[in-house]
Amino acid sequence: MSRYFTEDHEWIDVDGEVGTVGITDYAQSQLGDIVFVEVPDEGKAMAKGDDAAVVESVKAASDVYSPVSGTVVEGNAALGDDPSLVNSSPEEDGWFFKLTLSDTGELDGLMDEAAYQAFVDKL
Amino acid sequence: MRYLPLTPDDRSAMLGSIGVKSIDDLFVDVPAAAQLAGPIAGLPMHASELAVERHMAALARKNLTAGEAPFFLGCGAYKHHVPASVDHIIQRGEFLTAYTPYQPEIAQGTLQMLFEFQTQVARLTGCDVANASMYDGSTACWEAIVMARRITKRGKAILSDGLHPHYVSVARTMAKFTGDVLDLSLPTLVPETDAERLLGAIDGETSCVVVQYPDILGRIGDLSEIAARAHEKGALLIAVVTEPVALGALKSPGEMGADIVVGEGQSIGVGLQFGGPYVGLFACQEKFVRQMPGRLCGETVDAEGKRGFVLTLSTREQHIRREKATSNICTNSGLCALAFSIHMTLLGERGLRDLAALNHGLAVDAAERLAAVPGVELVNDSFFNEFTLRLSKEARPVVRDLADKGILAGVSLGRLYPDGEGRENGLVVAVTETSTHEDVDALCAGLKEVLA
Repeated sequence: MSRYFTEDHEWIDVDGEVGTVGITDYAQSQLGDIVFVEVPDEGKAMAKGDDAAVVESVKAASDVYSPVSGTVVEGNAALGDDPSLVNSSPEEDGWFFKLTLSDTGELDGLMDEAAYQAFVDKL
Repeated sequence: MRYLPLTPDDRSAMLGSIGVKSIDDLFVDVPAAAQLAGPIAGLPMHASELAVERHMAALARKNLTAGEAPFFLGCGAYKHHVPASVDHIIQRGEFLTAYTPYQPEIAQGTLQMLFEFQTQVARLTGCDVANASMYDGSTACWEAIVMARRITKRGKAILSDGLHPHYVSVARTMAKFTGDVLDLSLPTLVPETDAERLLGAIDGETSCVVVQYPDILGRIGDLSEIAARAHEKGALLIAVVTEPVALGALKSPGEMGADIVVGEGQSIGVGLQFGGPYVGLFACQEKFVRQMPGRLCGETVDAEGKRGFVLTLSTREQHIRREKATSNICTNSGLCALAFSIHMTLLGERGLRDLAALNHGLAVDAAERLAAVPGVELVNDSFFNEFTLRLSKEARPVVRDLADKGILAGVSLGRLYPDGEGRENGLVVAVTETSTHEDVDALCAGLKEVLA
C-alpha cells in the first residue's frame, strides 16, 4: 500500500483499485477543533480536484478535494457522530471516504511523504 | 470628515482627466428620446415646507386607512391590536441599535432577544429550531423550497393550490434562475383543500410539498397524511403559515410531520404598515439545521462560565462559505422580529390561546351572519379567522362599491387570480379581535345593498 499527498493537504492510501482519502495532520492542526464533517455518498463519481467533502472547524469551513478521479464506495460514517476523530487520528481513523480509482496514472502527479514534508516545511 | 461639495474647478479637472468635456457627455449612451430636455411640465420647482406639508396632508386624506373603517382584509397581512407597550419597548436604547448588531462583545441584548424569538417561533411551529428571521413570508417560503432541494438533491416542488399566489409568484421568479420545476394549480371555491391532488402528485422526483395552513381561502387541512406520503417518497413537507395567531388554536404543522415551517410574522407585533417591512419566520427539524438559511443565535458560556449568546453555525452563511452558502441572506428583520418577540412575550402562551379563541369566535359569528345575507354563501367548512364567501356577482366591483361606502370588505379573489373560472365571485373575509359587532353589521348591511 502506498500513500500519496496533495498540495491541498489531502492524503490518499492506495490498495489496488481502492483509495482511502483523508486530510493530513498538518491540515487538522491548522483548522483547529473540528465540529462537523460532510462526506460524499456512495456511488458519487468525481473527477480529480472536484469538491468531495466539507470540513468545518471552530475557525473555518473548508472543502476537501478528491486527489484522483473515481467513484465513491464509502464515506466514513463515524465522522458524523464524532468529527473530532479528524483531530485525534487524522491519518487513520479520521479518514473521509474511499473510492475506486478510474485512472491510477493520476497518482504520478502527487507527492510522496518526503516531498509533502518538504512542502509543509516551506509553508 | 466634513462633506464638502465639489467646486466647478474640481469638476472640470476630474472630467478633463477622464477625457470628457461635461457631465452630459457621460450620458451619451442614453438615447435622446429617453432624455429629459428640461423641467417636467406642471411640476412646481419649489415650495415651502409648510406648503408641502399641507399638500401632502390633503393627499393623505384621500386614503381610507385600516383604522378608520370596518376592516376585513387579510390574505397574508392581518390587522391585530398591537399594544402601545410594544412600540415603547422596541424603542429602548438596549434594543434599538445600529444595523447588523451581531457582535457578541457589544450586543448581548439583541442576541438574547433573537434567541428568545427563535425559541418562540420554534414552539409556535412545533419545530426543533428556528432562525433569527427572514425578510418576509414569501421569501422564507422560497428559501424553504431550495433548502428541500439541497437536502433531497431533487428539483421538483409541488405547491398546493391554497398557497398564497404572491408566494407562488416569488417561487416562480426564483425558479426561473435555479431551474426548479414547480407543480402548480389554481384553487376552486370548494370546502376541501387540494390534499388529494398533492397525495397523487408526490413521487420519487419530488423534493417537497408546500402547503399553506390555514390556506389562502382560510381552509384548514390535516397535514399528517401528506407528511407521511412525502416521507415515504423521500420528499419533505413544507408548511406555510401566513397568520401565526392561528397557531394559538390549531395543532402545529411540526406536530403533524412538517419538516420545515415558514411563515409571515406580521400578525404579531407588527402593524399592516402599507405592506411592509414584515418579518419572515423560518423553522425546521434539527436534523436539517445545517441546510437552514439565515442567521442563527445560540446560547453558550463565556470564558468565565457565564451565560451568553453568539451567532452559531455561521459556516452555513455567505461571509464564511461564499458561493457555497445556504442562502444569500446574511441578515434578518431585526426590528420586526423584536416587535414580534415582545408582543408574544406580553401575550404569553395563555394570552396567545385567548387571542386565538377570540379571533375564531368572532369569525364564526361573522361568518354565520354574512352567510344569511341574500346572495352570499359560505364556502368553508373549516376556518380560523378568515373564510371565503361566494357572492352572487363578481366580488371586485362589490369591494370597490363598499369601499366607497366606507367599508373595507375583504380581498376579492379576482384581484389575486385575474383569470376567473368562478374564482371572481370569491371574497376572502378576515375577522380579528379588532372587528366589532357593529363592523360586521355594517358589512352585512353593505353587502345586502350592493348585491340586491
